[in-house]
Amino acid sequence: MATVNEKQRTTGLKTSAFTKTVVRGKAAVRIMEKRKGERVFNGSDKIRNRMKSVRNIQKITKAMKMVAASKLRGVQTKTENSRGLWQPFVALLGDGFSVDVKKNVVITVSSDKGLCGGINSTSVKVSKALTRVYSGPEKETKYVVLGEKGKAQLVRDSKNRIELTISELQKNPLNYTQVAVLADDILKNVEFDALRIVFNKFHSVVSFPPTVSTILSPEIVEKESEAGGRLGDLDLYEIEGGETKSEVLQNLSEFQFSCVLFNAVLENGCSELGARMSAMDSSSKNAGEMLDRLTLTYNRTRQASITTELIEIISGASALEG
Amino acid sequence: MYRQGSRLLMRATAADGARLRVTAGSRPASQAFSTEVTEAPAVDSSFLEAWKKAAPNIDPPKTPLAFMKPRPPTPSSIPSKLTLNFVLPYQSEISNKEVDMAIIPATTGQMGVLPGHVATIAELKPGVLSVHEGNEVTKYFVSSGFAFIHANSYADIVAVEAVSLDRIDPSLVQKGLADFTQKLNSAVTDLEKAEAQVGVEVHSALNAALTG
Repeated sequence: MATVNEKQRTTGLKTSAFTKTVVRGKAAVRIMEKRKGERVFNGSDKIRNRMKSVRNIQKITKAMKMVAASKLRGVQTKTENSRGLWQPFVALLGDGFSVDVKKNVVITVSSDKGLCGGINSTSVKVSKALTRVYSGPEKETKYVVLGEKGKAQLVRDSKNRIELTISELQKNPLNYTQVAVLADDILKNVEFDALRIVFNKFHSVVSFPPTVSTILSPEIVEKESEAGGRLGDLDLYEIEGGETKSEVLQNLSEFQFSCVLFNAVLENGCSELGARMSAMDSSSKNAGEMLDRLTLTYNRTRQASITTELIEIISGASALEG
Repeated sequence: MYRQGSRLLMRATAADGARLRVTAGSRPASQAFSTEVTEAPAVDSSFLEAWKKAAPNIDPPKTPLAFMKPRPPTPSSIPSKLTLNFVLPYQSEISNKEVDMAIIPATTGQMGVLPGHVATIAELKPGVLSVHEGNEVTKYFVSSGFAFIHANSYADIVAVEAVSLDRIDPSLVQKGLADFTQKLNSAVTDLEKAEAQVGVEVHSALNAALTG
């Protein structure tokens, strides 16, 4: 019976209903074999590859967000505890923000690792704006950069003004001794009349505004206290300890620097983690949206290719029946 | 992005808020976030103008004064209590606590601070800080730091390290003292001498604190 059917197929004669189903069945089997063995080039596998990589990216960014969130919890308690440290100094000496001096040194605190949103760019922008604000005849501004990302941005146009760069600050959990040594280093190598520390203060996970803390050198403090104004009351304070007033003021200024720097580095670390959390969160959300769109395209392409093959089978079968 | 970020992270910020509320009682008002503190008008207008000229598109940065509660001015009569702030790098030990007296170890000797004390900046040496409140006395061993006493009977003590006396081990103190005295005798360079000197000072102060 099989030979009879084959003969009929080759001669193009009408076939019975049973034969039609057999022919269609055989064609379907052939197509299924094709799918198992060969690659049907219709673009759907390209989309499948893209979907796989986007899904991986989504997983990675979700994981990074979780890591940042857990690290943030630890650093945040430390930061909040260190907030009381600079307040006595500001209560005593006021905010030296508006004090105009000849030698400004801008200390930019930034992060070492990337993928943390825009905080490093804001810090660098504020530092550069500060340089412009404090520029003038006989005045000079220098930079001390903490962190690789800030260095990369500042090196581009202010290379000759960078005195010192320090990196790998966040490698070990921060403590005061480490920062005190760092402050000592900076004080030894840099001449300054006023130090301006630029960092991102941590308000909440989504808000980290740039902040500037000022530390005046002891000579300027003396000058300002004689001139009156905010620091004018300083003369009213009796000085206990040390041989001379200037020695005590020197120690005071150095101690203030280490305390303020400690707080600044902690706050910036917190802000970095918060920014990374929100950046990774929006990144995984975008990846999810992209995945949805890709899935729709993939299904459409897949269904189109199946429809095409069905059409081929059916038109082939109907051609055979006559 | 930030709009959606805030929606998604509402859980996180609610958790932060809960933590804030939980610790609000123990933390001082002066450490509240700036949303609870009005911006002090201390930012100089001349500076703001200069900033606007130099960087018109960027918001001016915040300054520490904006985050701190302003201190009350000097009252005309001597207040009855001293408001004490004792801060360490990793903790605020005492914040805005009203006490009767504090004895601080200044480099010129033990200094008693009562309300109405004249404004002073004192450098601290290693020694015992005792806080007297009514009948109770709390003692801490302070490594070093600074103390500011303001005219409005606010006292700020900033120290690098402080421990309560019962956490000090006397045997280790003796050993340390012996160690550093030996190092001082065998020190060659100035730096070594200075380090050994510091060690001797701290350990003898510890000794005195434990015995006295």
